[in-house]
Amino acid sequence: MKLNVHTLSDLNAEGKKVDIVFWVGCSGSFDDRAKKITRAFVKILNQIKINFAVLGTEETCTGDPAKRAGNEFLFQMQALQNIGNLDKYGVKKIVTTCPHCFNTLKNEYPELGGNYKVFHHTQYLKDLIDQGLLTLSGKKYKGKKITFHDPCYLGRANKVYEAPRELIKKLSGDLVEMKSCKSKALCCGAGGAQMFKDAEKGNKEINIERTEQALEVKPEIIAAACPFCNTMMSDGIKNKEVDRKIKIYDVAELIANAKDP
Amino acid sequence: MAYLPNLLFLSLLIVSLYIFFRNLKKIKRNIGLGRYVNRNNNSNARLKNMLRVAFGQSKMGSRPVAAILHFIVYVGFILINIELLEIILDGILGRHRIFAPFLGVIYDYLISIFEILAFLVLIAVFFFWTRRNVVRLKRFFSPETIGWPTLDANNIIYFEVVLMFLFLFMNATDMLLQDANVDSYVKTGIFPISQFLKPLFIDLSIDNLIFFERVFWWLHITGILIFLNYLYYSKHLHILLAFPNTYYANLESNGKFDVDSSIKDEVQLILNPGKEINVETTPPDKFGATDIFDLNWIQLMNAYSCTECGRCSNVCPANLTGKKLSPRAIMMKTRDRLEEVSKNLDKNNGNFINDNKQLLNDYISPEELWACTSCNACVEECPIEINPLSIIMDMRKYLTLEKSAAPAELNLMMNNIENNGAPWPFSNQDRLEWVEE
Ligand code: SF4
Ligand code: SF4
Repeated sequence: MKLNVHTLSDLNAEGKKVDIVFWVGCSGSFDDRAKKITRAFVKILNQIKINFAVLGTEETCTGDPAKRAGNEFLFQMQALQNIGNLDKYGVKKIVTTCPHCFNTLKNEYPELGGNYKVFHHTQYLKDLIDQGLLTLSGKKYKGKKITFHDPCYLGRANKVYEAPRELIKKLSGDLVEMKSCKSKALCCGAGGAQMFKDAEKGNKEINIERTEQALEVKPEIIAAACPFCNTMMSDGIKNKEVDRKIKIYDVAELIANAKDP
Repeated sequence: MAYLPNLLFLSLLIVSLYIFFRNLKKIKRNIGLGRYVNRNNNSNARLKNMLRVAFGQSKMGSRPVAAILHFIVYVGFILINIELLEIILDGILGRHRIFAPFLGVIYDYLISIFEILAFLVLIAVFFFWTRRNVVRLKRFFSPETIGWPTLDANNIIYFEVVLMFLFLFMNATDMLLQDANVDSYVKTGIFPISQFLKPLFIDLSIDNLIFFERVFWWLHITGILIFLNYLYYSKHLHILLAFPNTYYANLESNGKFDVDSSIKDEVQLILNPGKEINVETTPPDKFGATDIFDLNWIQLMNAYSCTECGRCSNVCPANLTGKKLSPRAIMMKTRDRLEEVSKNLDKNNGNFINDNKQLLNDYISPEELWACTSCNACVEECPIEINPLSIIMDMRKYLTLEKSAAPAELNLMMNNIENNGAPWPFSNQDRLEWVEE
């Protein structure tokens, strides 16, 4: 399907304004698995004709992994650059499919002068439903056992626990909770810049531990809401050799797929 | 000579209070060694938070049985302070049960409530003792709990048992003396628990009874005063520090990490060379933390407040999967180093003489620091809102910015961000390729 995507600079040149900016994030732009999430989310936005734009080549890393790796300097370089670009176009509202970008834009940019209303895509989609702009069909996932893995930077870091769950319920999925969920959810192992390095010596990988917790509730689908978690859990089910039976989907993908005829 | 007991008591009281306040002052001084951060805003929300978390024990709830029993011990602790007031007045004035005549039957109720509490406390500490020494709950046995921490935890349990029994024995002998109409043993009602202990002492002569009653009374108050001064050396300091610790806790999102705004101007200069920028702030002389002096006072207060309960490490993904990192150990090591610095200061008239040691490496290893996923599970779990993660991040900041000692893969990732604006080596020009697939 052809996606309809504009950059802020193009629209600006045409003198057009947008309602919201979609912050794609580095994973969403470059990682093959995450790109599918990006496309799924845009598909939804296109279907209901949301007036949005992306920054395109004017977007750069928010600086989250640099900051968590201890490099405050690089973080601020990225932040000030991004704030400069966002403010150039007078951006007020941002939605992103990555909880790390979400957290950084929302919580760490204001002190450096970047003030925006920032939404995680699960919050934004939920709002669209509440406003009656988006309707979900419950056919495809009716009764399917779905468990939701809370991303740390969405859940504990920002206390967003319900939005993704409500979306799954609206899809008529049979939401089953792992023994540690919401504020007690176990990390997938990727946060704090761990995504980019091997783990320290231990007796297990964190993503395997989390995958085992997910498998305990015998789900058909493990729903994620973060590109990093998605990668970690996908590796986890491959390692456990259950990737034929069980699928990992982002909540946006679940919704986009449900809309397929 | 009639006033000898009063004088003895008064000196005991003064000496213990003196030592206690001297230690408190030391704690205050040591916490003050940390960097200043302002947490005086929003006092209403802070007060509410303290009432909810410290008084209301709202974060203890996830294990209901332990939570209830801990609550009993805690209420016991608070209420017994009322009784303590009477004991102290009795001790100073050489009276016995000074409140009894004023309060009448209310007094009987009060003491009865204390006795029931004492009994419940005994049940609770028995449960705690069993959990620690028979069931041997996993979180009580980690590398960082070997030695003093384990001994300390049991000490307190034995302390509680002895104090509660002394209190009950004291009342039992007292009641026997009342029955015998001995002067100065004011008549009260029958106490609900200690009445069952009366048979233990029933064969004693009046003189012996008085002797035992006095011994129990003295041991009880001496025990309490020793306990008071034991706190400084114990994880039980939390019974005092939990209150300021929750009052000054972080009220913002857990996901917001400290933004060092002092380097903002410098970063602006690098980004816009040639452009006129008024540099208002001076960058810190050192990025991040290597020692307790670089941490802020909240983090140091956190270290003193830690109850060593291990709830944080019990949910830490790194710790759960066998990595060396344990958020509890981070807090305990910070306290140990702080105490070491404190002794150094005491020895050298308040000046710190370089001891060629620091928190980083001598106490906390880079291996521990780099194992953290910054998941906030430890922060969320802590019953008194301690933040081990912030210490980890401050020390990482030092390693990366001052020592370029981040793991090689992370350096690669950061190089990529610097060069292509993404943590992977992709060209920024390809940012929109996903549209066309
Ligand atoms: S934030 Fe770090 S130390 Fe705390 S629980 Fe998570 S991994 Fe462990
Ligand atoms: S930091 Fe908190 S949770 Fe961890 S051991 Fe100390 S008191 Fe317990």
